[in-house]
Amino acid sequence: MKKKGFKVVLTLVILVGSLWLLQRLLMPKYVTGVVEGALIAEYYPEEKNHDVIFIGDCEVYENFSPQILWEEYGINSFIRGSAQQLIWQSYYLLEDTLRYETPKVVVFNVLSMKYNEPQKEAYNRMTLEGMRWSMSKVNAIKASVTEQEQFLDYVFPILRYHSRWSEIKGDDFRYMFDTKKVSHNGYYMRVDVKPAGTIPDPKPLADYRFGENAYAYLDRMTALCKEKGIQLVLIKAPSLYPHWYDEWEEQMEEYAEENDLLYINFLDLIDEVGLDFQTDTYDGGLHLNLSGAEKLSRYFGTLLTEQTEVSDRRGEEALQRTWAEKRTAYDAEIAYQKEKYQIEK
Amino acid sequence: MLFTSYGFIGFLAVLFLLYYLIPAKYQWMLLLAASYLFYWFANPVYLLYICVTTVSTWFIGRRIEAVRSVQSAYLAEHKQELDKEAKKSYKALMKKKTWHLLLACLFFNLGILAVVKYTNFVISNVNAVIYAIGAGQPLSFVNIIVPLGISFYTFQAMGYIIDVYRGTVKAQDNLFRFALFVSFFPQLVQGPISRYGDLSESLFAEHPRDWSTISLGLQRMLWGYFKKLVIADRMLIGVNTLIQNPDTYYGAYAFLGMLFYALELYADFTGGIDITIGIAQVLGVKVTENFNRPYFSKSIKEYWNRWHMTMGSWFTDYIFYPISVCKPMLKLSKASRKALGETIGKRVPIYLSSFVVWFATGIWHGASWNFIAWGLGNWVVIMISQELEPLYQRFHNRFHVRGSFFFRLFQVIRTVLLMSCLRMFDCYRDVPLTFRMFGSMFTGGNWKELLNGSLLQLGLTLTDYRILFFGLVLLIAVSLIQRTGSVREKIRKLPYWGRFLLWYGLFLCVLLMGAYGVGYDASQFIYNQF
Repeated sequence: MKKKGFKVVLTLVILVGSLWLLQRLLMPKYVTGVVEGALIAEYYPEEKNHDVIFIGDCEVYENFSPQILWEEYGINSFIRGSAQQLIWQSYYLLEDTLRYETPKVVVFNVLSMKYNEPQKEAYNRMTLEGMRWSMSKVNAIKASVTEQEQFLDYVFPILRYHSRWSEIKGDDFRYMFDTKKVSHNGYYMRVDVKPAGTIPDPKPLADYRFGENAYAYLDRMTALCKEKGIQLVLIKAPSLYPHWYDEWEEQMEEYAEENDLLYINFLDLIDEVGLDFQTDTYDGGLHLNLSGAEKLSRYFGTLLTEQTEVSDRRGEEALQRTWAEKRTAYDAEIAYQKEKYQIEK
Repeated sequence: MLFTSYGFIGFLAVLFLLYYLIPAKYQWMLLLAASYLFYWFANPVYLLYICVTTVSTWFIGRRIEAVRSVQSAYLAEHKQELDKEAKKSYKALMKKKTWHLLLACLFFNLGILAVVKYTNFVISNVNAVIYAIGAGQPLSFVNIIVPLGISFYTFQAMGYIIDVYRGTVKAQDNLFRFALFVSFFPQLVQGPISRYGDLSESLFAEHPRDWSTISLGLQRMLWGYFKKLVIADRMLIGVNTLIQNPDTYYGAYAFLGMLFYALELYADFTGGIDITIGIAQVLGVKVTENFNRPYFSKSIKEYWNRWHMTMGSWFTDYIFYPISVCKPMLKLSKASRKALGETIGKRVPIYLSSFVVWFATGIWHGASWNFIAWGLGNWVVIMISQELEPLYQRFHNRFHVRGSFFFRLFQVIRTVLLMSCLRMFDCYRDVPLTFRMFGSMFTGGNWKELLNGSLLQLGLTLTDYRILFFGLVLLIAVSLIQRTGSVREKIRKLPYWGRFLLWYGLFLCVLLMGAYGVGYDASQFIYNQF
């Protein structure tokens, strides 16, 4: 009887253990190529006493450098951004963040207001998989899944990635249990330059009103921030494309006014920021490169200092040490990319 | 709820757990509740149809039984008073009563099946005639729901009522037990078409927990999932590309599509039946086998004795034999022998009965001329084979190859190719296109294209082809081993870790190589449509 019991336990251990290992192996590692899927998870190992949390899509994680905000304004910030982050995902990421800390300011990029329904599975994965399990993650999944997706595939990602066995590479083994950092406090750095060329003309839309679902989540975000005593700042990053319509701008201005929120459209401040889309973008105007992001961060740092409650924390020794280490990694990344893209120092 | 959906796996897990937790006398009630829940998940409206068939068939079954009881009681009571003639005439009267009851049941339930399944087919044919003769406005199609598995449960219920009429089974007293027989969920969607006499005993019995039976059932399910998810649903990608684009994929591709479809259908249907029988086995219920390695058949006739066996025997027992021995047919037999001579004349009623059976088999599979052509195609091939029998005999008398391996292999390949050709009617959108694509296999002249990398343009990658090859080798290997008995029983004799390795290996194959999840369209079992 004892022997039989041992056999059963051993069988279960082998079953569960091998399936877990397989799952670790098959899940995408996001350490080369498309690294955006690794961004969300990078928040958790951080010391959680940030003053400013950014939430939103690529227009936050590619356009702002927390390193500059710290070094020039003493603002301790983190970007919880991900590719095509939908507004309900931003909301649940905010909820998730508030489980660990309560920042003074939350910055939300409003481009995602244009989406009222779940969009693409690939982007959902890149946002949701990195989240730690909580009710916020459960609700984020429920709100995000497209018709072809199943909740269970998020609980057991092996069910989603089962067919990746035929494309397993060295990185899948190397980063099975540990991964390498791909961002700098959520900032995805690019140092190369691709000047903005011709921007496609905006297509007329059938309806310029933001959807009810998008508004509902913006309302929830506003309410949550108010409840927690957080100042919510709405921004529209200075990306030349996708087009930001005047009708959308009017709705955001109206919303900000009605809810007494600070709203900054950086598209109107390109000259003040000092952005030059011949040198400050790496993809023809969609996103900023390091030069552009640092310029924008400097400008935004001034705004945050003047218009919010954030204070200069450069006097805190522990933070100084942390950010000094981060600077080393930041510089190393710059040097690596300059070599990679063959940019003169 | 697809058999391959997570929901269904969860549903089964809960059911299996509850089934062995509750007192055994309530197990059949739980199965009934589960079966109706399963059907409700598919569409609550379907329940109405299955309830109507269940209640009407049960009621008439009881009425037939009651008539028979009255007859027995009457005859016993008047044993002394009635002479032989009076008894005979009384029996004939009662038989007529039961016959009318049977007819009422058949007309009513087969009528429902005909209306929901074939109304639009009839309308489309009437419209074709209207269009051809320019006779005015075409008729509008009607929006009728075709309940899941209606062909299967209707045939199962009609088999029951015929058996009650024939007196081979006793009518079920309990409506709810009968409802379980009609709706038993594992076989509801694609069969097998069980006989009441075969299924009822184990269906209503109490089943104490038996780990050995449960594990055998789970193993059978796993093998079914392998066939369905690893082979059939992967093959489906290639099949769809080939058959939905006949202008691009003709000639050699039509031949390839024909073979792909043969493999897909086999893996899909037998996989589904493996899952069905496996589920039933876990529940302790014995369901009739539906396949006996059909692709090893040496003739079409043998093939039909080994493929979808429960359907074949249903048509034989409930259509072929009754038609063959009915009065008009006997008259026809007599007349044809007189007119055409003994040799040819005696074949006329058999061929006519076969024609009816194959026409019915065709239209049972689907409301389209494709299926009718497929059914009649089978009839033609079987009749020709039968007529050529003397020729074959002469060949075998001269060349003694009958028992040789290569001749048997030739026969098997010939049968597979013949059946695959006939199945092309399933694939293409209409009968003329099917003939055109069949012809193109001989006139297409594009066989070399199969070697220039175009196979990788069908939606299947090199990895997919490797998996399919592996799956095919495994299918053949298992079939060969099955010749000497159950593979699972053989595996059961292995040491524990050997068994574990084999079954866990198969589980990993399904998990990792299965064509499921995002990127693959969840595919219904092909036979769900019938």
